Amino acid sequence: MATVAPPTESPPADERIREVGLLGRIMVRPEIGAILALILVWIFFAIVAYDNNFISMQTTAAILNRAAPLGILAVAVAMLMIAGEFDLSVGSLIGFGGMAIMLFVSSSSTGGLAWPLGPAIVVALLITVAAGFLNGLLVQTTKLPSFIITLGALFVFRGLATAIPRTMTNRTQLGGFGDIPGADILISIFGSKIEFLGGRFDTGILWWIAVTAAAVWVLNRTRVGNWIFGIGGDAIASRNVGVPVAGLKISLFMFTALAAFFVALLQVASTGTADSLRGELTEFYAIIASVVGGVLLTGGYGSVIGAAVGALTFAMVQQGVIVTGVDGDWFKVFVGVILVLAVIFNNYVRQRAQRR
Amino acid sequence: MTTSTASATDKLLEVRNVSKYFGSVVALSDVSMFVRAGEVTCLLGDNGAGKSTLIKILSGVHKPSSGTYLFEGQEVEFDSPREALELGIATVYQDLAMIPLMSIWRNFFLGSEPTKGWGPFRRFDSRFAKKVTREEMKKMGIDIRDPDQPVGTLSGGERQSVAIARAVYFGAKVLILDEPTAALGVKQAGVVLKYILQAKQRGIGVIFITHNPHHAYPVGDHFVILRRGKVFGDYTKDEIPLEQLVQMMAGGADLEALSHELEAASRATGSKEMAEAAAEFQKESSA
Repeated sequence: MATVAPPTESPPADERIREVGLLGRIMVRPEIGAILALILVWIFFAIVAYDNNFISMQTTAAILNRAAPLGILAVAVAMLMIAGEFDLSVGSLIGFGGMAIMLFVSSSSTGGLAWPLGPAIVVALLITVAAGFLNGLLVQTTKLPSFIITLGALFVFRGLATAIPRTMTNRTQLGGFGDIPGADILISIFGSKIEFLGGRFDTGILWWIAVTAAAVWVLNRTRVGNWIFGIGGDAIASRNVGVPVAGLKISLFMFTALAAFFVALLQVASTGTADSLRGELTEFYAIIASVVGGVLLTGGYGSVIGAAVGALTFAMVQQGVIVTGVDGDWFKVFVGVILVLAVIFNNYVRQRAQRR
Repeated sequence: MTTSTASATDKLLEVRNVSKYFGSVVALSDVSMFVRAGEVTCLLGDNGAGKSTLIKILSGVHKPSSGTYLFEGQEVEFDSPREALELGIATVYQDLAMIPLMSIWRNFFLGSEPTKGWGPFRRFDSRFAKKVTREEMKKMGIDIRDPDQPVGTLSGGERQSVAIARAVYFGAKVLILDEPTAALGVKQAGVVLKYILQAKQRGIGVIFITHNPHHAYPVGDHFVILRRGKVFGDYTKDEIPLEQLVQMMAGGADLEALSHELEAASRATGSKEMAEAAAEFQKESSA
């Protein structure tokens, strides 16, 4: 799906190919809905919140800082959704992964395990990714909808993220990550601010860009990417032509869990704390970002760039509502309206793409 | 029943006395058939004749309960369709194994993507894939407009041709086509029959499954008629005229019964059309 223009290697122009204008070519991309939504939302807040300094480096930085963790998650969730599966457990896994890190490194006096930082991070990572593996394995072996399996996982891991720390430390919030020996390196990589033209940007933004770029590469330029589109479109047909469907789906569940852990690490590094409730509702925000970004709910179609732009739109609405100073409840109204409008529009774009 | 005069070695694919039971159900009983390179063997039969079971045995989905399966003169046994495919026995099912929302070139190479580059930079060679898709489709006599088109925008006949071209490109020696003309209009079916001949001319052995003798006759070299799990007839083209094939296919007695039924109905309702249809069946059953 790299180019929509007729290939150049056929010198005599085929009279059946109509010269499609630039606008026509843009209008069939899956991410166009998200880009339009982003522009409209920006214009809206630029007007409404003009006096509240919406058009400024500080606000831009705040929007991007919000978008980065959601974007990392949305990119992974979008790939899984293109492959035809859901993961509702990613939000819980953020809380779970962050808690795992803090429980491992906290001192014995608070009830932690007082492990050195390296092993703590590695083991927390392995446990969280194993949760993703379990999700994928259950979906593959039971053949139940992933919606149900991961809905169960949502509650299980949120419960564990609350119950285990409460049992061990009698608390559901753990702090003091910055005091752990060696944490300063992790904080500078994952959780520090970069001053740029008056805005304070999180390093998470760079990670978000890197993850998105890697995902775009995999999805559009590699064999695995072709397989992901294939199994989302028709898993049985893909298996018949030799695509390793089960292995690939399990890997994608592990990838969403990895993304959740990465977001947990970014948040632990930037705030110095872990909280059992962190990441609540994020699973829905990530799905909303993906769907606004043009990912088809039933799989087989979508774009990672779209999901990243969807996350940016989402963060812009969130920040815009805060900057405007209206009641935070309006945020939900906004998000709901944008979701439905974007999906209607994306549907139209996809039908256009199929008709040409 | 006729026996072929050719030696066994030039038979590309052959099954001998194959039977298949599912519990107490006898799906196939003592079926033998073969296909030579550059020939079309038509497998004819009405619904429930055992065509699907035979295809599944040929393509490696099922193992026969008894009998032998020979490929290029060697006895073979398949544990999965993948193994049959690796030997060059490609099956194009009715559902075509195509993803409607994916472009033609992505569909064409799904599962067997060409790559370039190395290590983490190994990537799907999309330029090559588009070029080959275009070329292979041209060899089948179809000039695709734009390889980026989603397969969902193609007509039924065009989709069949993509599936056939894909199987041929990936080294099919035997092409098993499961009712490729069943869901198609007259013109579209003609297009698919043309691709069957193209594949035959390229030296591929084609097993063409159909219940329509009018589709089978123009392209077939050899006709195997299945009825109720058994081989009911096995002819080369010069041994059997179309009329007789039609009659054998449905069974003369069945057609006669149908003709009487229609006649009775036409008398009851006074429908002229039914009377005409009855006469038509009468003619065919006595041909």
